[in-house]
This record gives sequence, structure tokens and C-alpha cells, in this order.
Amino acid sequence: MSVLLVALLGGLGAASRFVVDGVIRSRWTSAFPVATVVVNVSGSLLLGLLTGAHLFHGLGSTVFTAAAVGFCGGYTTFSTAMVETVRLVQAGEPARAVANAVGTLVLCVAAAAAGVGALWLAA
Amino acid sequence: MSSDGQRPAHLRLSLVLMVALGGAVGTAARYGLSSVVGPSEGWPTGTFVENLAGAFLLGVLLERLVRRGPETARARRVRLTLGTGVLGGFTTFSTLAIEVERLAAAGRPGLGLLYGAVSVAVGVLAALLGVVAAARHHRRGRR
Repeated sequence: MSVLLVALLGGLGAASRFVVDGVIRSRWTSAFPVATVVVNVSGSLLLGLLTGAHLFHGLGSTVFTAAAVGFCGGYTTFSTAMVETVRLVQAGEPARAVANAVGTLVLCVAAAAAGVGALWLAA
Repeated sequence: MSSDGQRPAHLRLSLVLMVALGGAVGTAARYGLSSVVGPSEGWPTGTFVENLAGAFLLGVLLERLVRRGPETARARRVRLTLGTGVLGGFTTFSTLAIEVERLAAAGRPGLGLLYGAVSVAVGVLAALLGVVAAARHHRRGRR
């Protein structure tokens, strides 16, 4: 049962990523993969909020797992961020490549921590 | 040609549904694998393995498709279903981020930092390895 819910929300998450990515790319031309960064950071913030709701506000395990593993997992992507970093290296932009890899990690962890922290403070 | 053909890819329902289908499969596969491969000594082995495998495979897939020349409609369907959908859903940045945060909250910030840094460093190498492997395979095929 739960695997079906995870799959359903995973599909919804991946489709949301595709649309958000396309919208950002169509308005913002940049040598830097901004769209993937925005997707990953916003998904990490959402997962931080869900984790805080689960830990401090009694959000049930089934809903938490489906939304966390399913939606946030399907929405955010590690593989695209890594391949985009390789493409920056290939384009002769090593500094941008490092900024993309390290920056994404730092911003995502900060967003996740902010999400958990906000709901801890509200508890 | 229908007017639908002129629309950007992310606004075409058929393509969005392909990404959703692939994403459902990839996310369910990660859920299944993570429930088998638990964390060992605090290190989130499941996510680590899934992310590295997915980064390598996406490198292979995208490089193979790029080497074939201008993208055909069929190649785009493959890229969106398998790349954006399956491999995008199979890998995750949000779980990686919350695992680093949870390790730090549990009093192991050093392990969390190491896990995050190693994931990204080895992840870039895995994607690069995939790109190089696909490029070599392509050159061998042309000789």
C-alpha cells in the first residue's frame, strides 16, 4: 500500500520538477544551472518542514513517508545536479562547477535545517 | 502539425506524464532499495549508493543521447522518461540534506559533513565516469 502512495507522489514530484525547471529556464537564461538549484533547495526546505511536523507536531508516519520519500524524493534530484556540474567542467568553468556542487549542498542542508528549526520553535 | 507541437516541452501534457511515470518507477525503486539497505554506523548507505548509481547512469544516458546528434522525438521521450523521470526520481538531494541535518542534530556534525562532502565529490566523479564511458563506447562503435 505505502509503496503505491510513494510511487504516486514520486511521479507527482518528478512532474513538478519538470514544470518548475521549464518555467525557470524559459525566463532566466544563465550559464549556471539555476533551475536545478531552485528545485533542490525548495525541496529540501519542504522536507525539513515535513520532518519538523513529524517530530514535533504529530504528523503521522504514513503521510510523512509518502510526502518525504515520495514527493520530496521525486521532486529533488542528485543525478541532474551532478551531471550539470560535469558539464560546467567540460565547458571550461571549473570555478562555477565547484560553486554549483558545494553551493547546492550548503544551501540544501541550510534549507532542511531551517525547515526543522522553524517547526521546532513553533512546538 | 498541431499547435501542441509548438509548445515548450514542460507545458505538453504527454511529456509531463512521461516524466511522472518514470518518476513513479524511480521513486518506488529507491523506496524499495532503501528499506533493504539500512544505514550502517550512522552512514546513510542506502541514499549514498542510490545517488552515486543514479549519477553514473544519468551521465551514461545523457552522453549517449548527445553523441547521436540532434535530438529526435523518440530520443526526447527516452531522455524525459528514463533521465528526468526514472533517474531523477531514483536520486534525491532533499534526503541527502536532511540526513546531514539529522546526523548533526544527533551530535555527529563531523560525520554529517563528511557524508555530504563525500556524496557530492564522489557523485561528480561518478557522473564524469558515466560520461567518459559512454563517449568511449561511442568512439569504439564508430571505428
